[in-house]
Amino acid sequence: MTLAQYEQFSNYAVASATGVLALAFVAYVLQWSLARNVAPERELVLSDGETAPSTTDDPVQRSNMAGGIGFSLTQLAAVVLLVGVVARGLSAQRVPWGNMYEFGCAATLSALIAYVVLVRVWDIDWVGPIITGFGTVVLGASALVFVPAGPLVPALHSYWLVIHVLGAMIAGAAFLVGAAASVLYLVKAKAERTTAEEDRVGFLWRIPASAKIDQLAYRVHAFAFPIWTFAALIAGPIWAQYAWGRYWGWDPKEVWAFITWVVYAGYLHARATAGWKGKAAAILALVGFATFVFNFVGVNLFVGGLHSYAK
Amino acid sequence: MSEQRPSRGGTSNAVPALGRREFTRWFWRQLTSMRTALFLLLLLAIAAIPGSLVPQRGVDARAVEAYFIENPTSAPILDKLGFFSVYSSPWFSAVYLLLMVSLVGCILPRSFVYFRAARARPPKAPRNFSRLPASATFETDRSPAEVVEAARSALGRARVDVVDRDDVTEVSAEKGFLREAGNLVFHVSIVVVLVGVAVGTLFGYRGSVIVTDEGGQFANSLTQYDEFTSGSLFTNDDLPPFAFTLEQMTARFQPFGSPQAGAPREFRAQGTYTAEPGQAPRPFDITVNHPLSIGSSAVYLVGQGYAPVIKVTDSKGNTVWDDAVPFLPADPTYTSNGVLKVPDAEPDQLGFQGFFLPTAAEQNGISISIHPAAANPLLSFNVWHGDLGLDDGVPQSVFTLDKSKMTQYKDGSKNLRISLSPGQTADLPDGGTIEFVKVAQFARFQISSSPLVKVPLFGIIAGLFGLMASLTIKPRRTWIRARQGGSRTVVDVAVLDRVPRDDLPADLDDFLERLKDALGHTEEKQA
Ligand code: HEM
Repeated sequence: MTLAQYEQFSNYAVASATGVLALAFVAYVLQWSLARNVAPERELVLSDGETAPSTTDDPVQRSNMAGGIGFSLTQLAAVVLLVGVVARGLSAQRVPWGNMYEFGCAATLSALIAYVVLVRVWDIDWVGPIITGFGTVVLGASALVFVPAGPLVPALHSYWLVIHVLGAMIAGAAFLVGAAASVLYLVKAKAERTTAEEDRVGFLWRIPASAKIDQLAYRVHAFAFPIWTFAALIAGPIWAQYAWGRYWGWDPKEVWAFITWVVYAGYLHARATAGWKGKAAAILALVGFATFVFNFVGVNLFVGGLHSYAK
Repeated sequence: MSEQRPSRGGTSNAVPALGRREFTRWFWRQLTSMRTALFLLLLLAIAAIPGSLVPQRGVDARAVEAYFIENPTSAPILDKLGFFSVYSSPWFSAVYLLLMVSLVGCILPRSFVYFRAARARPPKAPRNFSRLPASATFETDRSPAEVVEAARSALGRARVDVVDRDDVTEVSAEKGFLREAGNLVFHVSIVVVLVGVAVGTLFGYRGSVIVTDEGGQFANSLTQYDEFTSGSLFTNDDLPPFAFTLEQMTARFQPFGSPQAGAPREFRAQGTYTAEPGQAPRPFDITVNHPLSIGSSAVYLVGQGYAPVIKVTDSKGNTVWDDAVPFLPADPTYTSNGVLKVPDAEPDQLGFQGFFLPTAAEQNGISISIHPAAANPLLSFNVWHGDLGLDDGVPQSVFTLDKSKMTQYKDGSKNLRISLSPGQTADLPDGGTIEFVKVAQFARFQISSSPLVKVPLFGIIAGLFGLMASLTIKPRRTWIRARQGGSRTVVDVAVLDRVPRDDLPADLDDFLERLKDALGHTEEKQA
């Protein structure tokens, strides 16, 4: 294939991945809505094998099926997107994250991979709707800032591009999973406080208890925070020292990376502080994620600064 | 901390009616509480925001000036509040100084506690295991001594104490000391980083200078810089005496008609330098991301643009200007603006203000640049004559023309405009000529030195390892009590995390499995 053909191919793959991911999102939403009236006990009965599911009309079974389809589609989207991102790299002959469009695609890919891996490790398929929904939006938004494949601007000619951005993407993927878990934690914790035993129907009662979700959110953040520290506060400054002659200069992007770091440090402290556990910590995690997203959207589009890939 | 010492994090916030000493102690305790640390961290995050939304003097002084022009009413107010230099403003400094004090106040006592605890033996088993967050009981036909042996192997690298009493054997074990060590290292490293940064800033300097190629020169002294800032402990004698000559500035752009046409592809500055006066010149080759290091200083290529070489003669026929004039690029196609001041022209001083287009094209009757490479250069000027105002003693920017004592030349009713391609010459109204000789380029260099850069670097790397230790290591206490009950041994096991976690019961199950495995192991061996 010629470089132009690779690029064309990449564009088709990314577009297809966006479509597949949107379908995965629909399937996950269906999974939730089909289980709207299902009491959590039903699952216990089923898993005990006492009442074998008889008809396909069974809402539990249909909900489970939708969830399974959602997960399969998410995996498919991840594979197709991987192909798209690799093809993009081949067509530009460099790492495929040299501008905002490419960063959006690669970051979504890393979020999908993180999700698929974590589903297998920790059974977190219940954050699926949030991950797929968010991923679809990011891919769609990336299409709006599409630029044809081309070589890098001189400022990005550095192997720190690989290290620094890869670290930021991995941390970001974990932050997304953590934020999704924190949202569900808030919803579930509130429901646990306010919902009477007999009203506990719907998918919300088929996901783990809030304490378990909280634990999971913490683990994901505890994984992400050191990586973010490395990407934003070690690799970034080292590169800045080579590129701009100072390792830290309060450039808007640096400021927001720092803010994100401080907020997540706040989250980790909150988890160890009596009155701040639970809800307040979860809100901090969401604030942290919001500052992370703002750094890539708000700062690139509205504030500017030295980070040239934003243009 | 609040979990372990609830009296700290959980103290009421009401100010007690106390004497000065008690107040100081109360204040110190508040300041070093985890809740305050949390609050200060969030405050620091909020305090950092304005600096990312409003231009900063230390980052882009020109943008600040532009902000003042665009927002004449709000800018002076924001200025009073320190919004244009947030990161050195009193309120930002106050927050991070408080955070530092809080941090040190937190680290010191914890370090003492830690060093004492590091030598201590594991605490004795509590009487009642069922009060602990996770406990279990099982029976085995192995003897208590065999249980102890199995426990040792199941506990791995924990610190273990065994107490034998009549018919009861107790094992106390503790592990995960490195967690707290990691936590301390991490917090200490934050202090190290901040101190390192402060030292680097106090003794460092940074300046920028525009040098034209084809022989433009720079010698490292204060007067040569266009912009210069330095730390308060820096003295001008600290400037290392290097010098360089820029021979060629290369700028390559994505060719016209290709994808991303006009996007920059390569910037490269080449020439020769001497580290000390009198040395033989050595070649340099600076690209973006690859500065030239000279001692602790480094020369960075941070910008470039066109510098048309212009030759001016006055009405007496004297050559009053023959040099390259840097034009500052204003957009991605390198439409550039510049000013030429000719103070030596007679009888009147001359001032030119205009633009340079690297690839000029006509669009709706206006000349614009359609590509940043110099394929069809065009230089265009309006011309003034009179007094340039250079003798007023007020320093002037080389990029602005003070027209207050100058008159603009007219061409009939319109302002006179002179447009030239390379090699062309135009006549000036009162005699004299201006010639666009050729296109040269300029490079903008940043020259800086930040001593001790390695201190914050190693500080934060150590901090990262400490952080990972503190986030992954579980500080765990395990107690095992083996009691002879008839022919069998009753084994009670309890575990406690020094940091509360919800996965304790699952971990206990894992441990029991390992313990029973170890017991089964001995069973087999003996069978
Ligand atoms: C400069 C900003 C700071 C950052 C980025 C930061 C970061 C962290 C992180 C990531 C942890 C988590 C470690 C763990 O879970 O064990 C932690 C724990 C802790 N921090 Fe900080 N910290 C900062 C400032 C402070 C200050 C000022 C204090 C003192 C009041 C403090 C006191 C503590 C304590 C006591 C713990 C241990 C909590 C525990 O035992 O789990 N930190 N810090």
